[in-house]
Amino acid sequence: MSERFVTRGFVGKRQDSGAAASRIPPGQHLVKDFPVLSAGPTPRTDLRTWSFRIEGLVKEPAQWTWDEFGKLPAQEFVKDISCVTKWTKLDTRWRGVSADVLLEHVELDGRARFVVAFSDGGYTTNLPLPDVINGQAFVAYEYDGKPLAPEHGGPARLVVPHLYFWKSAKWVRGLRLIERDEPGFWESLGYNNHGDPWKEERYSGD
Amino acid sequence: MESERDLMLDGNAAAGVLQEIFGEEMTTALTTCDECATGSQMAMLRVFSGGPGLVLRCPACEAVMVRIAQTPRGTFVDVRGVRQMRLPLPSIR
Amino acid sequence: MKRTLEWQIATVKAIRQETANVKTLTLALLKWVPHRPGQHYDIRLTAEDGYSAQRSYSIGSEPERHGEIDITVERIRDGEVSPFLDDVVVVGDRFEVRGPIGGYFVWEASDGGPLLLVAGGSGIVPLMAMARHRAAVGATVPARLLYSSRSFDDIIYRADLDALANRDGLQVFHTLTRSQPEGWQGFARRIDDRMVAEVNKPFGPKAQVFICGPTALVETAADAAEAAGVAAERIKTERFGPTGA
Repeated sequence: MSERFVTRGFVGKRQDSGAAASRIPPGQHLVKDFPVLSAGPTPRTDLRTWSFRIEGLVKEPAQWTWDEFGKLPAQEFVKDISCVTKWTKLDTRWRGVSADVLLEHVELDGRARFVVAFSDGGYTTNLPLPDVINGQAFVAYEYDGKPLAPEHGGPARLVVPHLYFWKSAKWVRGLRLIERDEPGFWESLGYNNHGDPWKEERYSGD
Repeated sequence: MESERDLMLDGNAAAGVLQEIFGEEMTTALTTCDECATGSQMAMLRVFSGGPGLVLRCPACEAVMVRIAQTPRGTFVDVRGVRQMRLPLPSIR
Repeated sequence: MKRTLEWQIATVKAIRQETANVKTLTLALLKWVPHRPGQHYDIRLTAEDGYSAQRSYSIGSEPERHGEIDITVERIRDGEVSPFLDDVVVVGDRFEVRGPIGGYFVWEASDGGPLLLVAGGSGIVPLMAMARHRAAVGATVPARLLYSSRSFDDIIYRADLDALANRDGLQVFHTLTRSQPEGWQGFARRIDDRMVAEVNKPFGPKAQVFICGPTALVETAADAAEAAGVAAERIKTERFGPTGA
Protein backbone atom coordinates (compact mmCIF):
# COMPACT_ATOMS: atom_id res chain seq x y z
CA MET A 1 0.00 0.00 0.00
CA SER A 2 1.48 3.33 -1.05
CA GLU A 3 2.40 5.85 1.62
CA ARG A 4 -0.44 8.11 2.45
CA PHE A 5 -0.47 11.76 3.42
CA VAL A 6 -2.25 11.98 6.74
CA THR A 7 -4.81 14.77 7.05
CA ARG A 8 -4.60 16.59 10.36
CA GLY A 9 -7.65 16.02 12.50
CA PHE A 10 -9.54 13.70 10.15
CA VAL A 11 -11.18 10.68 11.73
CA GLY A 12 -14.27 10.03 9.67
CA LYS A 13 -17.62 9.04 11.07
CA ARG A 14 -16.30 6.17 13.06
CA GLN A 15 -17.36 5.51 16.58
CA ASP A 16 -15.10 4.49 19.37
CA SER A 17 -15.71 0.79 19.82
CA GLY A 18 -14.91 0.70 23.52
CA ALA A 19 -16.25 -2.39 25.24
CA ALA A 20 -17.70 -3.73 21.99
CA ALA A 21 -14.29 -4.12 20.35
CA SER A 22 -14.40 -7.92 20.48
CA ARG A 23 -17.60 -7.92 18.44
CA ILE A 24 -16.06 -6.01 15.58
CA PRO A 25 -14.43 -8.12 12.86
CA PRO A 26 -10.86 -7.29 11.80
CA GLY A 27 -10.47 -4.15 9.72
CA GLN A 28 -13.94 -2.92 10.51
CA HIS A 29 -15.10 0.15 12.38
CA LEU A 30 -18.29 0.88 14.23
CA VAL A 31 -21.00 3.17 12.89
CA LYS A 32 -24.23 4.31 14.46
CA ASP A 33 -26.10 5.28 11.30
CA PHE A 34 -27.19 2.87 8.56
CA PRO A 35 -25.42 3.70 5.29
CA VAL A 36 -27.41 3.28 2.09
CA LEU A 37 -25.34 1.79 -0.71
CA SER A 38 -26.97 0.48 -3.86
CA ALA A 39 -26.00 -0.87 -7.24
CA GLY A 40 -29.07 0.59 -8.83
CA PRO A 41 -32.26 2.56 -8.40
CA THR A 42 -34.60 1.47 -5.63
CA PRO A 43 -37.21 -0.82 -7.13
CA ARG A 44 -40.79 0.03 -6.28
CA THR A 45 -42.59 -3.29 -6.31
CA ASP A 46 -46.34 -3.43 -5.96
CA LEU A 47 -47.13 -5.66 -3.00
CA ARG A 48 -50.09 -6.97 -4.94
CA THR A 49 -47.76 -8.56 -7.46
CA TRP A 50 -44.82 -9.30 -5.12
CA SER A 51 -43.94 -12.93 -4.61
CA PHE A 52 -41.13 -14.95 -3.06
CA ARG A 53 -40.03 -18.18 -4.70
CA ILE A 54 -37.84 -21.13 -3.92
CA GLU A 55 -36.94 -22.82 -7.16
CA GLY A 56 -34.24 -24.73 -8.98
CA LEU A 57 -33.09 -28.12 -7.72
CA VAL A 58 -36.21 -28.77 -5.66
CA LYS A 59 -38.91 -31.33 -6.31
CA GLU A 60 -41.59 -28.61 -6.60
CA PRO A 61 -40.94 -24.88 -6.40
CA ALA A 62 -42.65 -23.00 -3.56
CA GLN A 63 -44.08 -19.52 -3.90
CA TRP A 64 -45.76 -17.07 -1.58
CA THR A 65 -47.67 -13.85 -2.19
CA TRP A 66 -47.09 -10.95 0.19
CA ASP A 67 -50.13 -11.89 2.25
CA GLU A 68 -49.09 -15.52 2.38
CA PHE A 69 -45.53 -14.58 3.31
CA GLY A 70 -46.81 -12.45 6.17
CA LYS A 71 -48.60 -15.47 7.60
CA LEU A 72 -45.47 -17.59 7.82
CA PRO A 73 -43.99 -18.06 11.29
CA ALA A 74 -41.76 -15.06 11.87
CA GLN A 75 -39.18 -14.14 14.48
CA GLU A 76 -37.32 -11.15 15.73
CA PHE A 77 -33.57 -11.28 15.05
CA VAL A 78 -30.96 -9.04 16.66
CA LYS A 79 -27.72 -9.24 14.76
CA ASP A 80 -24.40 -7.51 14.14
CA ILE A 81 -23.80 -6.71 10.49
CA SER A 82 -20.60 -5.91 8.61
CA CYS A 83 -20.18 -4.33 5.20
CA VAL A 84 -17.08 -4.99 3.08
CA THR A 85 -16.60 -1.21 2.94
CA LYS A 86 -15.53 -1.58 6.57
CA TRP A 87 -18.48 -0.39 8.60
CA THR A 88 -20.04 -2.61 11.24
CA LYS A 89 -23.31 -2.00 12.99
CA LEU A 90 -24.15 -3.82 16.21
CA ASP A 91 -27.49 -5.06 17.49
CA THR A 92 -29.55 -4.42 14.39
CA ARG A 93 -33.11 -5.50 14.99
CA TRP A 94 -35.08 -7.30 12.32
CA ARG A 95 -38.26 -9.25 11.96
CA GLY A 96 -38.70 -11.88 9.29
CA VAL A 97 -38.90 -15.50 8.29
CA SER A 98 -35.99 -17.86 8.77
CA ALA A 99 -34.66 -19.55 5.64
CA ASP A 100 -35.11 -22.83 7.49
CA VAL A 101 -38.86 -22.21 7.63
CA LEU A 102 -38.92 -21.38 3.93
CA LEU A 103 -36.90 -24.46 2.97
CA GLU A 104 -39.30 -26.68 4.91
CA HIS A 105 -41.77 -26.07 2.11
CA VAL A 106 -39.62 -27.70 -0.54
CA GLU A 107 -37.92 -31.02 -1.00
CA LEU A 108 -34.31 -30.47 -1.95
CA ASP A 109 -32.81 -32.42 -4.79
CA GLY A 110 -29.70 -34.31 -3.69
CA ARG A 111 -27.59 -32.25 -6.11
CA ALA A 112 -28.50 -28.92 -4.50
CA ARG A 113 -25.32 -27.52 -2.99
CA PHE A 114 -25.46 -23.77 -3.57
CA VAL A 115 -28.04 -21.01 -3.42
CA VAL A 116 -28.40 -17.95 -5.63
CA ALA A 117 -30.51 -15.18 -4.12
CA PHE A 118 -32.13 -13.04 -6.80
CA SER A 119 -33.69 -9.60 -6.46
CA ASP A 120 -35.78 -7.01 -8.23
CA GLY A 121 -33.45 -4.93 -10.38
CA GLY A 122 -31.32 -7.93 -11.34
CA TYR A 123 -28.95 -8.18 -8.37
CA THR A 124 -27.76 -11.65 -7.42
CA THR A 125 -25.49 -13.13 -4.79
CA ASN A 126 -24.41 -16.72 -4.23
CA LEU A 127 -24.04 -18.74 -1.04
CA PRO A 128 -23.16 -22.34 -0.14
CA LEU A 129 -26.28 -24.10 1.14
CA PRO A 130 -24.66 -24.79 4.54
CA ASP A 131 -24.41 -20.98 5.06
CA VAL A 132 -28.13 -20.52 4.53
CA ILE A 133 -29.55 -23.11 6.91
CA ASN A 134 -29.53 -23.61 10.67
CA GLY A 135 -30.63 -20.13 11.62
CA GLN A 136 -27.96 -18.34 9.60
CA ALA A 137 -30.23 -16.59 7.10
CA PHE A 138 -33.64 -15.02 7.06
CA VAL A 139 -35.88 -12.92 4.84
CA ALA A 140 -36.63 -9.73 6.76
CA TYR A 141 -39.51 -7.33 6.22
CA GLU A 142 -39.13 -5.22 9.33
CA TYR A 143 -36.17 -3.27 10.59
CA ASP A 144 -36.04 -1.63 13.99
CA GLY A 145 -39.73 -2.31 14.60
CA LYS A 146 -40.92 -0.67 11.37
CA PRO A 147 -41.63 -1.97 7.87
CA LEU A 148 -38.34 -2.24 5.99
CA ALA A 149 -37.78 0.99 4.04
CA PRO A 150 -37.28 0.71 0.26
CA GLU A 151 -33.77 2.21 0.36
CA HIS A 152 -32.76 -0.49 2.83
CA GLY A 153 -34.21 -3.28 0.73
CA GLY A 154 -37.93 -3.17 1.47
CA PRO A 155 -40.41 -4.73 1.14
CA ALA A 156 -38.16 -7.69 1.97
CA ARG A 157 -34.46 -8.46 1.92
CA LEU A 158 -32.25 -11.41 2.65
CA VAL A 159 -30.19 -11.06 5.81
CA VAL A 160 -27.15 -13.30 6.28
CA PRO A 161 -25.35 -11.62 9.18
CA HIS A 162 -22.40 -13.96 9.44
CA LEU A 163 -21.16 -12.90 5.99
CA TYR A 164 -20.34 -9.46 4.55
CA PHE A 165 -23.52 -7.54 3.98
CA TRP A 166 -23.38 -7.57 0.17
CA LYS A 167 -24.64 -11.14 0.56
CA SER A 168 -27.78 -9.82 2.26
CA ALA A 169 -29.56 -9.11 -0.99
CA LYS A 170 -31.93 -6.16 -0.92
CA TRP A 171 -35.31 -6.45 -2.65
CA VAL A 172 -34.95 -10.23 -2.65
CA ARG A 173 -37.55 -12.18 -4.62
CA GLY A 174 -36.34 -15.72 -4.19
CA LEU A 175 -33.70 -18.38 -3.76
CA ARG A 176 -32.62 -20.75 -6.47
CA LEU A 177 -30.98 -24.04 -5.53
CA ILE A 178 -28.16 -25.04 -7.86
CA GLU A 179 -25.51 -27.70 -8.17
CA ARG A 180 -22.55 -25.67 -9.40
CA ASP A 181 -21.67 -22.36 -7.83
CA GLU A 182 -22.54 -19.23 -9.80
CA PRO A 183 -20.74 -16.04 -8.68
CA GLY A 184 -23.18 -13.19 -8.23
CA PHE A 185 -23.01 -9.47 -8.96
CA TRP A 186 -20.01 -8.54 -6.81
CA GLU A 187 -18.49 -12.02 -6.62
CA SER A 188 -17.92 -11.82 -10.36
CA LEU A 189 -16.15 -8.48 -10.06
CA GLY A 190 -13.23 -9.17 -7.74
CA TYR A 191 -15.02 -9.83 -4.48
CA ASN A 192 -14.65 -12.98 -2.44
CA ASN A 193 -16.93 -15.85 -3.25
CA HIS A 194 -17.62 -16.62 0.41
CA GLY A 195 -17.25 -13.38 2.37
CA ASP A 196 -16.58 -14.26 6.03
CA PRO A 197 -15.75 -11.00 7.87
CA TRP A 198 -13.93 -12.84 10.67
CA LYS A 199 -11.49 -14.22 8.11
CA GLU A 200 -11.49 -10.93 6.18
CA GLU A 201 -12.61 -12.69 3.01
CA ARG A 202 -13.17 -9.45 1.16
CA TYR A 203 -11.65 -9.96 -2.27
CA SER A 204 -11.20 -12.98 -4.52
CA GLY A 205 -8.01 -14.72 -3.53
CA ASP A 206 -8.26 -13.69 0.14
CA MET B 1 -32.77 15.20 4.63
CA GLU B 2 -31.90 14.86 0.97
CA SER B 3 -34.46 12.87 -0.95
CA GLU B 4 -33.23 9.51 -2.08
CA ARG B 5 -33.28 10.67 -5.68
CA ASP B 6 -30.35 12.88 -4.80
CA LEU B 7 -28.25 9.78 -4.24
CA MET B 8 -28.31 9.08 -7.95
CA LEU B 9 -25.44 10.88 -9.56
CA ASP B 10 -24.42 11.12 -13.15
CA GLY B 11 -21.25 10.16 -14.97
CA ASN B 12 -19.59 13.45 -14.04
CA ALA B 13 -19.19 11.95 -10.57
CA ALA B 14 -17.23 9.01 -12.00
CA ALA B 15 -14.98 11.21 -14.13
CA GLY B 16 -11.93 10.82 -11.89
CA VAL B 17 -12.18 7.03 -11.65
CA LEU B 18 -12.80 6.70 -15.38
CA GLN B 19 -9.79 8.85 -16.19
CA GLU B 20 -7.71 6.72 -13.82
CA ILE B 21 -8.77 3.56 -15.60
CA PHE B 22 -8.83 4.62 -19.22
CA GLY B 23 -5.98 7.10 -19.05
CA GLU B 24 -7.96 9.89 -20.59
CA GLU B 25 -10.99 12.09 -20.00
CA MET B 26 -14.02 9.86 -20.59
CA THR B 27 -17.11 11.91 -19.80
CA THR B 28 -17.68 12.90 -23.41
CA ALA B 29 -17.18 9.37 -24.76
CA LEU B 30 -20.28 8.15 -26.59
CA THR B 31 -21.64 4.82 -25.36
CA THR B 32 -24.28 2.57 -26.83
CA CYS B 33 -26.38 0.57 -24.36
CA ASP B 34 -26.23 -3.13 -25.17
CA GLU B 35 -29.74 -3.61 -23.83
CA CYS B 36 -31.72 -0.87 -25.57
CA ALA B 37 -29.21 0.68 -28.01
CA THR B 38 -29.63 4.18 -26.59
CA GLY B 39 -26.60 6.38 -27.21
CA SER B 40 -25.41 8.50 -24.27
CA GLN B 41 -22.32 10.41 -23.41
CA MET B 42 -20.62 8.83 -20.43
CA ALA B 43 -21.44 11.89 -18.31
CA MET B 44 -25.12 11.08 -18.72
CA LEU B 45 -25.00 7.55 -17.37
CA ARG B 46 -26.52 7.12 -13.93
CA VAL B 47 -23.90 6.37 -11.33
CA PHE B 48 -24.56 4.28 -8.24
CA SER B 49 -21.89 3.89 -5.59
CA GLY B 50 -22.85 0.37 -4.63
CA GLY B 51 -20.44 0.16 -1.75
CA PRO B 52 -18.20 -2.56 -3.12
CA GLY B 53 -17.97 -0.72 -6.42
CA LEU B 54 -19.32 1.72 -8.95
CA VAL B 55 -22.18 0.90 -11.30
CA LEU B 56 -23.02 3.01 -14.35
CA ARG B 57 -26.48 2.47 -15.80
CA CYS B 58 -28.27 3.45 -18.97
CA PRO B 59 -30.31 6.61 -18.40
CA ALA B 60 -33.04 5.24 -20.67
CA CYS B 61 -33.54 1.63 -19.56
CA GLU B 62 -31.45 1.43 -16.34
CA ALA B 63 -29.50 -1.61 -17.59
CA VAL B 64 -26.05 -2.03 -16.08
CA MET B 65 -23.52 -0.69 -18.58
CA VAL B 66 -20.27 -0.45 -16.64
CA ARG B 67 -19.20 -2.01 -13.34
CA ILE B 68 -15.99 -0.99 -11.60
CA ALA B 69 -14.47 -2.44 -8.43
CA GLN B 70 -11.18 -1.03 -7.19
CA THR B 71 -9.65 -3.65 -4.90
CA PRO B 72 -6.17 -4.24 -3.50
CA ARG B 73 -5.87 -7.03 -6.09
CA GLY B 74 -6.43 -4.59 -8.91
CA THR B 75 -9.25 -2.77 -10.61
CA PHE B 76 -12.00 -4.93 -12.08
CA VAL B 77 -13.94 -3.45 -14.98
CA ASP B 78 -16.93 -4.99 -16.73
CA VAL B 79 -18.15 -3.13 -19.81
CA ARG B 80 -20.33 -5.87 -21.28
CA GLY B 81 -23.32 -3.55 -20.97
CA VAL B 82 -21.67 -1.16 -23.44
CA ARG B 83 -22.14 -2.36 -26.98
CA GLN B 84 -19.88 0.29 -28.40
CA MET B 85 -17.82 3.16 -27.12
CA ARG B 86 -16.66 6.08 -29.23
CA LEU B 87 -13.89 8.27 -27.87
CA PRO B 88 -13.54 11.80 -29.23
CA LEU B 89 -10.43 12.65 -31.22
CA PRO B 90 -7.86 14.51 -29.13
CA SER B 91 -8.54 18.21 -29.35
CA ILE B 92 -5.91 20.74 -30.28
CA ARG B 93 -5.25 22.34 -26.91
CA MET C 1 -6.12 14.53 -23.81
CA LYS C 2 -4.04 11.74 -22.32
CA ARG C 3 -2.85 12.70 -18.90
CA THR C 4 -2.61 10.59 -15.78
CA LEU C 5 -4.28 12.10 -12.77
CA GLU C 6 -1.86 12.52 -9.92
CA TRP C 7 -2.50 13.35 -6.31
CA GLN C 8 -0.79 16.48 -5.04
CA ILE C 9 -0.85 18.40 -1.78
CA ALA C 10 -3.08 21.46 -1.52
CA THR C 11 -2.64 24.06 1.21
CA VAL C 12 -5.56 26.03 2.58
CA LYS C 13 -4.81 29.70 1.94
CA ALA C 14 -8.06 31.28 2.99
CA ILE C 15 -11.48 30.38 4.28
CA ARG C 16 -14.58 32.42 3.63
CA GLN C 17 -18.03 31.88 5.06
CA GLU C 18 -20.54 32.23 2.25
CA THR C 19 -23.78 31.38 4.07
CA ALA C 20 -24.58 29.71 7.38
CA ASN C 21 -23.86 26.24 6.00
CA VAL C 22 -21.49 26.99 3.15
CA LYS C 23 -17.79 27.85 3.15
CA THR C 24 -15.27 28.54 0.42
CA LEU C 25 -11.77 27.18 0.84
CA THR C 26 -9.04 28.73 -1.28
CA LEU C 27 -6.41 26.10 -1.97
CA ALA C 28 -2.89 26.83 -3.18
CA LEU C 29 -1.53 24.12 -5.47
CA LEU C 30 2.15 23.70 -6.30
CA LYS C 31 1.25 21.80 -9.46
CA TRP C 32 -1.67 24.04 -10.41
CA VAL C 33 -2.73 23.92 -14.05
CA PRO C 34 -5.45 26.11 -15.54
CA HIS C 35 -8.77 24.33 -15.35
CA ARG C 36 -11.74 24.56 -17.67
CA PRO C 37 -14.69 26.26 -15.92
CA GLY C 38 -17.06 23.50 -14.78
CA GLN C 39 -14.36 21.02 -13.87
CA HIS C 40 -13.82 19.66 -10.37
CA TYR C 41 -11.08 18.34 -8.12
CA ASP C 42 -11.20 15.16 -6.05
CA ILE C 43 -9.97 15.52 -2.49
CA ARG C 44 -8.75 12.67 -0.34
CA LEU C 45 -8.61 12.73 3.43
CA THR C 46 -6.64 10.09 5.31
CA ALA C 47 -6.79 9.37 9.02
CA GLU C 48 -3.79 8.27 11.04
CA ASP C 49 -4.81 4.61 10.85
CA GLY C 50 -5.07 4.71 7.08
CA TYR C 51 -8.85 5.10 6.84
CA SER C 52 -9.59 7.42 3.97
CA ALA C 53 -12.51 9.18 2.34
CA GLN C 54 -12.68 10.81 -1.03
CA ARG C 55 -15.06 13.46 -2.39
CA SER C 56 -15.38 15.60 -5.51
CA TYR C 57 -15.77 19.38 -5.36
CA SER C 58 -16.42 21.69 -8.28
CA ILE C 59 -14.01 24.55 -8.76
CA GLY C 60 -15.75 27.87 -8.12
CA SER C 61 -12.93 30.13 -9.19
CA GLU C 62 -11.84 31.19 -12.66
CA PRO C 63 -8.70 29.68 -14.31
CA GLU C 64 -7.38 33.23 -14.73
CA ARG C 65 -6.51 33.16 -11.02
CA HIS C 66 -3.21 31.40 -11.13
CA GLY C 67 -1.84 28.94 -8.61
CA GLU C 68 -4.97 28.48 -6.57
CA ILE C 69 -8.53 27.23 -6.72
CA ASP C 70 -11.68 27.89 -4.71
CA ILE C 71 -13.83 25.00 -3.63
CA THR C 72 -17.14 25.74 -1.99
CA VAL C 73 -18.42 23.19 0.48
CA GLU C 74 -21.94 22.83 1.79
CA ARG C 75 -22.14 21.27 5.21
CA ILE C 76 -24.30 18.17 4.97
CA ARG C 77 -25.82 17.14 8.29
CA ASP C 78 -24.44 13.75 9.33
CA GLY C 79 -21.95 13.91 6.49
CA GLU C 80 -18.50 12.45 6.89
CA VAL C 81 -16.33 14.95 5.05
CA SER C 82 -18.22 18.25 4.98
CA PRO C 83 -18.49 18.63 8.75
CA PHE C 84 -14.74 18.00 8.94
CA LEU C 85 -14.06 20.68 6.32
CA ASP C 86 -16.41 23.01 8.16
CA ASP C 87 -15.36 22.42 11.77
CA VAL C 88 -11.75 21.32 11.74
CA VAL C 89 -9.90 22.73 8.75
CA VAL C 90 -7.98 25.99 9.29
CA VAL C 91 -5.71 28.09 7.13
CA GLY C 92 -2.44 26.26 6.71
CA ASP C 93 -3.96 22.79 6.72
CA ARG C 94 -3.08 20.50 3.87
CA PHE C 95 -4.77 17.61 2.12
CA GLU C 96 -4.46 15.63 -1.07
CA VAL C 97 -6.24 16.67 -4.24
CA ARG C 98 -6.19 15.54 -7.84
CA GLY C 99 -7.54 17.18 -10.94
CA PRO C 100 -8.80 19.12 -12.72
CA ILE C 101 -11.34 16.53 -13.82
CA GLY C 102 -14.16 16.65 -16.34
CA GLY C 103 -14.71 17.25 -20.02
CA TYR C 104 -18.43 17.26 -20.48
CA PHE C 105 -19.77 19.92 -18.15
CA VAL C 106 -17.35 22.68 -19.16
CA TRP C 107 -17.68 26.07 -20.84
CA GLU C 108 -15.05 28.50 -21.99
CA ALA C 109 -15.65 31.88 -23.59
CA SER C 110 -14.39 30.53 -26.90
CA ASP C 111 -17.39 28.17 -26.91
CA GLY C 112 -19.62 31.20 -27.44
CA GLY C 113 -23.24 31.54 -26.43
CA PRO C 114 -25.74 32.79 -25.63
CA LEU C 115 -25.24 31.17 -22.26
CA LEU C 116 -28.03 30.09 -19.91
CA LEU C 117 -26.89 28.88 -16.50
CA VAL C 118 -29.39 27.24 -14.16
CA ALA C 119 -28.42 26.34 -10.60
CA GLY C 120 -29.98 24.96 -7.45
CA GLY C 121 -28.27 25.38 -4.10
CA SER C 122 -24.60 24.38 -4.18
CA GLY C 123 -25.01 23.62 -7.89
CA ILE C 124 -24.02 27.26 -8.38
CA VAL C 125 -20.35 26.44 -7.87
CA PRO C 126 -19.28 25.22 -11.34
CA LEU C 127 -21.51 27.85 -12.95
CA MET C 128 -19.80 30.53 -10.88
CA ALA C 129 -16.47 29.44 -12.36
CA MET C 130 -17.99 29.95 -15.81
CA ALA C 131 -19.39 33.38 -14.89
CA ARG C 132 -16.15 34.53 -13.28
CA HIS C 133 -14.12 33.29 -16.23
CA ARG C 134 -16.42 35.12 -18.63
CA ALA C 135 -15.88 38.35 -16.69
CA ALA C 136 -12.11 37.80 -16.37
CA VAL C 137 -11.59 37.49 -20.12
CA GLY C 138 -13.97 40.34 -20.88
CA ALA C 139 -16.27 38.16 -22.99
CA THR C 140 -19.39 39.82 -24.33
CA VAL C 141 -21.31 36.61 -24.82
CA PRO C 142 -24.86 37.26 -23.54
CA ALA C 143 -25.31 35.29 -20.33
CA ARG C 144 -28.16 34.74 -17.91
CA LEU C 145 -28.16 32.87 -14.63
CA LEU C 146 -31.29 31.45 -13.01
CA TYR C 147 -30.48 30.51 -9.42
CA SER C 148 -32.78 28.69 -7.02
CA SER C 149 -32.19 28.98 -3.28
CA ARG C 150 -34.33 28.28 -0.26
CA SER C 151 -34.17 31.81 1.14
CA PHE C 152 -32.30 35.08 0.71
CA ASP C 153 -29.72 34.13 3.32
CA ASP C 154 -29.08 30.84 1.54
CA ILE C 155 -27.93 32.50 -1.68
CA ILE C 156 -24.30 31.45 -2.11
CA TYR C 157 -21.98 34.12 -3.63
CA ARG C 158 -24.78 36.66 -3.30
CA ALA C 159 -22.57 39.75 -3.17
CA ASP C 160 -20.23 38.48 -5.90
CA LEU C 161 -23.20 37.78 -8.16
CA ASP C 162 -24.48 41.31 -7.60
CA ALA C 163 -21.06 42.66 -8.54
CA LEU C 164 -20.86 40.55 -11.72
CA ALA C 165 -24.40 41.52 -12.67
CA ASN C 166 -23.58 45.20 -12.56
CA ARG C 167 -20.37 44.93 -14.50
CA ASP C 168 -20.62 43.17 -17.80
CA GLY C 169 -24.08 42.12 -18.76
CA LEU C 170 -24.48 38.92 -16.80
CA GLN C 171 -28.14 38.94 -15.87
CA VAL C 172 -28.96 37.16 -12.64
CA PHE C 173 -32.43 35.89 -11.80
CA HIS C 174 -33.03 34.54 -8.33
CA THR C 175 -35.87 32.38 -7.21
CA LEU C 176 -36.44 31.80 -3.49
CA THR C 177 -38.50 28.70 -2.88
CA ARG C 178 -39.18 28.66 0.87
CA SER C 179 -39.21 32.22 2.14
CA GLN C 180 -38.76 35.66 0.65
CA PRO C 181 -37.77 38.92 2.33
CA GLU C 182 -40.23 41.74 2.45
CA GLY C 183 -40.47 43.58 -0.84
CA TRP C 184 -38.93 40.70 -2.78
CA GLN C 185 -39.18 41.29 -6.53
CA GLY C 186 -37.71 38.06 -7.86
CA PHE C 187 -39.28 34.66 -8.47
CA ALA C 188 -40.75 32.88 -5.47
CA ARG C 189 -41.30 29.28 -6.49
CA ARG C 190 -39.48 26.16 -7.66
CA ILE C 191 -38.04 26.25 -11.16
CA ASP C 192 -40.65 25.21 -13.73
CA ASP C 193 -41.29 25.31 -17.49
CA ARG C 194 -42.73 28.81 -17.39
CA MET C 195 -39.80 30.27 -15.47
CA VAL C 196 -37.17 28.75 -17.72
CA ALA C 197 -39.04 29.84 -20.85
CA GLU C 198 -39.26 33.39 -19.50
CA VAL C 199 -35.58 33.62 -18.58
CA ASN C 200 -34.48 31.99 -21.84
CA LYS C 201 -36.79 34.07 -24.03
CA PRO C 202 -34.18 36.43 -25.57
CA PHE C 203 -31.87 33.48 -26.26
CA GLY C 204 -34.33 31.11 -27.87
CA PRO C 205 -33.26 27.74 -29.28
CA LYS C 206 -29.65 28.87 -29.76
CA ALA C 207 -28.93 28.93 -26.03
CA GLN C 208 -26.14 26.82 -24.57
CA VAL C 209 -27.59 25.60 -21.32
CA PHE C 210 -25.75 24.36 -18.22
CA ILE C 211 -27.80 23.06 -15.31
CA CYS C 212 -26.38 21.96 -11.97
CA GLY C 213 -27.98 21.03 -8.68
CA PRO C 214 -30.01 18.28 -7.02
CA THR C 215 -31.33 15.60 -9.37
CA ALA C 216 -34.97 16.67 -9.22
CA LEU C 217 -34.19 20.28 -10.08
CA VAL C 218 -31.81 19.29 -12.87
CA GLU C 219 -34.38 17.03 -14.51
CA THR C 220 -37.14 19.62 -14.27
CA ALA C 221 -34.96 22.38 -15.67
CA ALA C 222 -33.62 20.20 -18.50
CA ASP C 223 -37.15 19.24 -19.53
CA ALA C 224 -38.14 22.89 -19.31
CA ALA C 225 -35.24 23.99 -21.52
CA GLU C 226 -36.24 21.43 -24.15
CA ALA C 227 -39.84 22.56 -23.90
CA ALA C 228 -38.59 26.09 -24.50
CA GLY C 229 -37.11 24.94 -27.81
CA VAL C 230 -33.49 24.25 -26.93
CA ALA C 231 -32.16 21.09 -28.58
CA ALA C 232 -31.10 18.32 -26.19
CA GLU C 233 -27.47 18.47 -27.40
CA ARG C 234 -27.22 22.06 -26.25
CA ILE C 235 -28.29 21.19 -22.69
CA LYS C 236 -25.65 19.92 -20.30
CA THR C 237 -26.41 18.75 -16.80
CA GLU C 238 -24.56 17.82 -13.66
CA ARG C 239 -26.38 16.19 -10.79
CA PHE C 240 -25.16 16.81 -7.30
CA GLY C 241 -25.75 14.06 -4.83
CA PRO C 242 -24.46 14.36 -1.34
CA THR C 243 -20.99 14.26 -2.87
CA GLY C 244 -20.05 16.89 -0.36
CA ALA C 245 -21.17 14.73 2.50
